[in-house]
Amino acid sequence: MSEKIANLDHMSANPLIPEVQEAMIQAIRTDYGNPSSQHKLGDNAAEALDKARESVSRLIHAPSPKDVVFTSGGTESVNLAVKGVAWAKQDKGKHIVTSNIEHNAVLRSLRRLKMMDYRVTSVPVDEYGRVNPSDVVKAIIDDTVLVTIMHSNNEIGTIQPIQEIAAITREKGVIFHTDAVDSVGVVPVDVQQLGVDLLSFASNTFYGPTGAGGLFVRRGTKLWPLLDGGVQEHNKRAGAENLIGIIGMGAAAEVTIRDMPARIAHVKKLKSKLLKDLPQYIDEYIINGHPEESLPNLVSVSIKYIEGESVVLMLDDENFAVSTRSACAAGALQASHVLLSIGRDFADAQGTLVITFGVDNREEDVKRFLAALKDAVKTLREISPLYVKKAAQA
Amino acid sequence: MYSKTVMDHFRKPRNVGTMENADGVGEVGNPLCGDMMTIYLKIREDRIDDIKFQTFGCGAAIAVSSMLTELAKGKTLDEAKKITNKDVADALEGLPKNKLHCSNLGADALHLAIKNYEDRKAGKAPAEPKRQEKHEHAKAEACYCPYCDTQLPQQDAPCPNCRLKAIETR
Repeated sequence: MSEKIANLDHMSANPLIPEVQEAMIQAIRTDYGNPSSQHKLGDNAAEALDKARESVSRLIHAPSPKDVVFTSGGTESVNLAVKGVAWAKQDKGKHIVTSNIEHNAVLRSLRRLKMMDYRVTSVPVDEYGRVNPSDVVKAIIDDTVLVTIMHSNNEIGTIQPIQEIAAITREKGVIFHTDAVDSVGVVPVDVQQLGVDLLSFASNTFYGPTGAGGLFVRRGTKLWPLLDGGVQEHNKRAGAENLIGIIGMGAAAEVTIRDMPARIAHVKKLKSKLLKDLPQYIDEYIINGHPEESLPNLVSVSIKYIEGESVVLMLDDENFAVSTRSACAAGALQASHVLLSIGRDFADAQGTLVITFGVDNREEDVKRFLAALKDAVKTLREISPLYVKKAAQA
Repeated sequence: MYSKTVMDHFRKPRNVGTMENADGVGEVGNPLCGDMMTIYLKIREDRIDDIKFQTFGCGAAIAVSSMLTELAKGKTLDEAKKITNKDVADALEGLPKNKLHCSNLGADALHLAIKNYEDRKAGKAPAEPKRQEKHEHAKAEACYCPYCDTQLPQQDAPCPNCRLKAIETR
């Protein structure tokens, strides 16, 4: 009997829910034309595009569907926001404020800009990964043109005080972008309430297809497009749209609007069960992230004395899919900047697992996972020189 | 990603453990790069009579350690000194390119353990079994792994130590 794999890594391995699969299959069969065409073959394509745009804009409470620019995903949205604003505003200034725990899409976009003489100030976070708004105030100077701070963090789940930061940027006349790729579709996100100028999101966070995402752009915000060519997406993103993917995203958005409260309740239950039962299975671990202001579906645990990839492999053998932030797994030979920023030492950062729950997980999965984790940790600690040292010191 | 042999040695590592009254001990690596390994040796008549390992590291690191101890066990010291990282990687049917770094642990730790034994035998104060790797920049621009000299990727910030510094002063 082939055992089914329990997906506890929804952040990376994003399944498509049936409604999305159906919508995309339908889209393929309909064989849409190009939404930009002037003839009938483009009509139903344009209509389908509009419908998806309307669904997605409702998900984030955008004032108008026209405020949503479709992209190929979270990374493109972030690149468009960060580089697009920086370039558009270069006559006003070349200083950008960000945080220490941003996703690589932000960090590397900023690094690219630094090669073009932009300067970046990065504000620190506390031990829970939270930015202090007053640090943002201090960081903003005369030629600051952009503040980019993520809504929630993909490694530790912490949610930032975005509304407070937006109030600051509004007052100072600086554009504010938030990378909400891991938030939109998981927790309620209202761009008007938040007060941001730009907000990035991705379809695969809420059971839509990978390869589709969007950027909310507040009316009047100027940005240079990444892609030049045709006039699609109100001149902000050239190129014939990935209609099938976008239709999938629209369907995912509709289901999410309907199901979000139930989904949040479901994953919260699994998360609290895991946190509550964990001490019965393993000891010497640290839970990362803010206890309250954090994604309801994410658990980040640094397990002492062992390395993350080896745990992931052992759990994989037991048919559990989880993620790790170890350097070896990332292929980067570098400990996670997020974990280091919240105060984890290198060894603990290497032994960090990230578990993200989804609609297909059950309480039973949590119980079996914990049992498998207990065995993996025990075995790996027996092999570990760090654990031996610790025993010797005792 | 990993060969069958690697997975076999990862799932059932050989010669795991420590040794009381080891004749030689070699320790390499540090958590900075995410890999640490200790080798313990028992020597009889210039042969490795028994060998044990402890490893903190990824699947490749554990497999490398296990395979290394298999290759070294029973060998004469001269034979053991000739075992290279490549020998271990080959015996494992190869490692993914970004894991070759992990394979550097194995032979290094073994050779250090042998040196430790020889130093002790020669009456020299036994070499500090723990290799204290302070982070250093050997060359101005690039950042190197403290124990194997692999140049760390230059994509954004350099190695973890400097990255933290870079974050703070950005």
